[in-house]
Amino acid sequence: MTDPATVLSELAEACEGLARPADESDAVAGVAPSLVAAPRSADQVAEVLRVAARHGLTVVARGAGSKLDWGVPPERVDLVVDTSGMTGVVEHASGDLVAVVRAGTPMADVQQTLADADQQLALDDPTGAGTVGGTVATAVSGPRRLLYGTVRDLLIGITFVRADGVVAKAGGKVVKNVAGYDFAKLLAGSFGTLGVITQAAFRLHPLARDRRTVSVRAAGAAAATRMAQDVLGSQVVPSAVEIDAPPGGGRPEVAVLLEGVAEGVRARAATAARLLGDAEQRPAMPGWWGRYPFAVGDTGLKLTTEIAGLPALLDAVRRAGDRTGLPVHVRGSAAGVLYAGIPSGGDPAGVATAVSVLRANAATYGGTVVVLTAPPAVRAGVDVWGPVSGIDLMRRVKHEMDPRRTLAPGRFVGGI
Amino acid sequence: MDLSELAARLRARLGTAAVITDRQRLRTYECDGLAHYKVIPGLVVLPEDTGQVAEVVRACVAAGVPFVARGSGTGLSGGALPHAEGVLVVTSRMRRLVEVDPANQRAVAQPGVINLHVTRAAAPHGYYYAPDPSSQQVCSIGGNVAENSGGAHCLKYGFTTNHVTGIELVSPTGDIVRLGGKAPDPPGYDLLGAFVGSEGTLGIATEVTVRLMRAPESVRTLLAAFPSTDEAGRAVSAIIGAGLIPAAIEMMDALVIEAAEAAVHCDYPAGAGAVLIVELDGPHADVEAQFVEVESHCRDHAAFEIRIAADDAERALFWKGRKSAFAAVGRISPDYIVQDGVIPRTSLPEVLRRIADLSSDAVRVANVFHAGDGNLHPLVLFDEAVPGAAEQAEEVSGAILDLCIEHGGSITGEHGVGMDKAKHMPRMFTEADLDTMQMLRCAFDPGHLSNPGKVFPTPRLCGEVPGRHKGAHPLQDAGVAEVF
Repeated sequence: MTDPATVLSELAEACEGLARPADESDAVAGVAPSLVAAPRSADQVAEVLRVAARHGLTVVARGAGSKLDWGVPPERVDLVVDTSGMTGVVEHASGDLVAVVRAGTPMADVQQTLADADQQLALDDPTGAGTVGGTVATAVSGPRRLLYGTVRDLLIGITFVRADGVVAKAGGKVVKNVAGYDFAKLLAGSFGTLGVITQAAFRLHPLARDRRTVSVRAAGAAAATRMAQDVLGSQVVPSAVEIDAPPGGGRPEVAVLLEGVAEGVRARAATAARLLGDAEQRPAMPGWWGRYPFAVGDTGLKLTTEIAGLPALLDAVRRAGDRTGLPVHVRGSAAGVLYAGIPSGGDPAGVATAVSVLRANAATYGGTVVVLTAPPAVRAGVDVWGPVSGIDLMRRVKHEMDPRRTLAPGRFVGGI
Repeated sequence: MDLSELAARLRARLGTAAVITDRQRLRTYECDGLAHYKVIPGLVVLPEDTGQVAEVVRACVAAGVPFVARGSGTGLSGGALPHAEGVLVVTSRMRRLVEVDPANQRAVAQPGVINLHVTRAAAPHGYYYAPDPSSQQVCSIGGNVAENSGGAHCLKYGFTTNHVTGIELVSPTGDIVRLGGKAPDPPGYDLLGAFVGSEGTLGIATEVTVRLMRAPESVRTLLAAFPSTDEAGRAVSAIIGAGLIPAAIEMMDALVIEAAEAAVHCDYPAGAGAVLIVELDGPHADVEAQFVEVESHCRDHAAFEIRIAADDAERALFWKGRKSAFAAVGRISPDYIVQDGVIPRTSLPEVLRRIADLSSDAVRVANVFHAGDGNLHPLVLFDEAVPGAAEQAEEVSGAILDLCIEHGGSITGEHGVGMDKAKHMPRMFTEADLDTMQMLRCAFDPGHLSNPGKVFPTPRLCGEVPGRHKGAHPLQDAGVAEVF
């Protein structure tokens, strides 16, 4: 790197003086950056990235930082681009059910703005602290993915800055649009390795007029998945079907969310309650709803499977817990996306064993296991992303977009 | 290598019947649904499985010959227009529905499987495949993937891209790659999302895994007649504004109604300036409650006649007029252009007025559209025999796209860019946007052989990667491209 003082002054010039030397709190999964810049617009992000390119700086984008330690720790971070100063709903076309939002806007703020028009961005925010940019970059989802889909389904347009400091956009601000490649999907879940997202356009949904939750404690994992699958195969059109299985063989809870017009919700809640063996209907969701079963510092896994593989995967989680003596808490959607939490302090070798056992099991049902977050000692002993189909093409995409590997190098799949 | 050598090589590998070189037979494939572009392909091959598709692509790569994939050939943007010096890979022999898997709510199909056949096979299990382009009785799943096809019901359920969970493809370098499958959220870049809708420029889909949805418990359809498109448009706004999302909201104006009557005798209410078809589906109690609301929004906005489909037969009759609209205008005009553009739905009244201003005696515009999501399909009617009319129609058609862009919309909502609209892409995207998109192209297709000349107005030269290709790029040699 060139003389730090020179770089800092160029960065400051690029973003209205909002650049500073990094401190301890800016570390990315334990990797210490040198500098932080907080541009306020796409043009400033572009200028900052051009400065970075000129001086060969590696760059990690940060929103609220709620998922900053996810993935593999980057090989090197010279500069953190803090997007939290790029906030606000640029446009809310309520009649068109579309909103355009700046990347640094907290998800909660977006929802609040949209709620004034009885609308919502139908994406859950599992950490409760995410920004729009971070939500897109990590493609996180929650219970309601079952009905509404995930980031990729609701993102209709994107503006981002390439590694070489060029501003590019794709998609637009109409829901139906097939002009050009769907780069928005490519950026969704790319963990900041293809560009710095500055703005996103979303398809919105009306806020449900009425909602009810139906939940029950099942006798065991097999009973829980059977009930969940009965609901999936029924006509109640659930917005979410969640299973929460605490560690140590505690009885799993199944909870179903129904949304819509009052008449319909009432009828469907009654049907769902019957399918869950005369379950309890209640106005609010259970306390664990929509939150990961792991906290900062714990090991957090994401497990996927075909729908029919759900009972076997839940059973595998229980057995992995028995075998390693680790208290594994699992929770997730009957759509085939589960999250598992193992508290910090667990034996890293045990966690590694659990991950490989679960990975083999998930693969039997077409699924995968990703270590979202973990303490350094655990991370060092596991393959964080696991095997990835199509990795050669992914490497080629990265090479075209960021040939010098300046954006979050090493953080993503296959060392991308 | 010349094409006859390539043909001989492919015959040896795939069998004689799989390779067509006879000029008369090649002519069958000279165009897709956009029939005014015609190119006789250099060679047609009909592979039977993934391995054969890979063989064909590898042979093309080795020979430096471009290839174009074609399903049923119903596309409306010239996406499957052949290359005169290239190979047309037709998937019509890959028609096996590999699996219907209701327990996992998925089906697996070869690319030549007809869209409607997926739903037919899933129906006995109580499931269906949601994307329903008007051509669903003939169009193929592979073509749907290439074009990210929509349909009347995508207002509520989304497009092909929202319903494909896995794909096996042959990349433009001849590699067989699997992306996704029956399980959600495969780790890594969402290349599947980028591939769907890439119009054959990123490779050829050889197997597609799609989401099956539970067939709705209840479907209710109404047909409402309005004095004009203004009132019909306001009714649509009221429905959406009330937080209702019908499965479909379709609008037709007087000229389209006239054509549909002439063609299929759908018996729509006489004297209507506009007709809306609104369909609700879902659980019984929800649909009944919302249907009452939709009906009252229509009445509040001057609907003078509302018909409610009593059964499936009557519902089919309502839809018959709509689904036949493109072909039907042939009854009232010797020639016509089907346009496909998108506007924010709220701009509908203004854009329709501006479209009316563009019309003249020589060039009339009939409007049929997916009113819920602002996807317009203006039909520009003209008579080629009238001097200057064809040029004037082209102008009007282009001006409609200008209106779409001016209002923040798109130059295509579902028909694709293809050959037809590549020239319009710079009106919607900057040079940097298009250059960025083509980085993806270069990652997949460094040799620029997979459906070249489509989607992008100017090809981008792919950066040099060690071992990839040496010397000047063939496009550069030919003077058709510069290094960016």
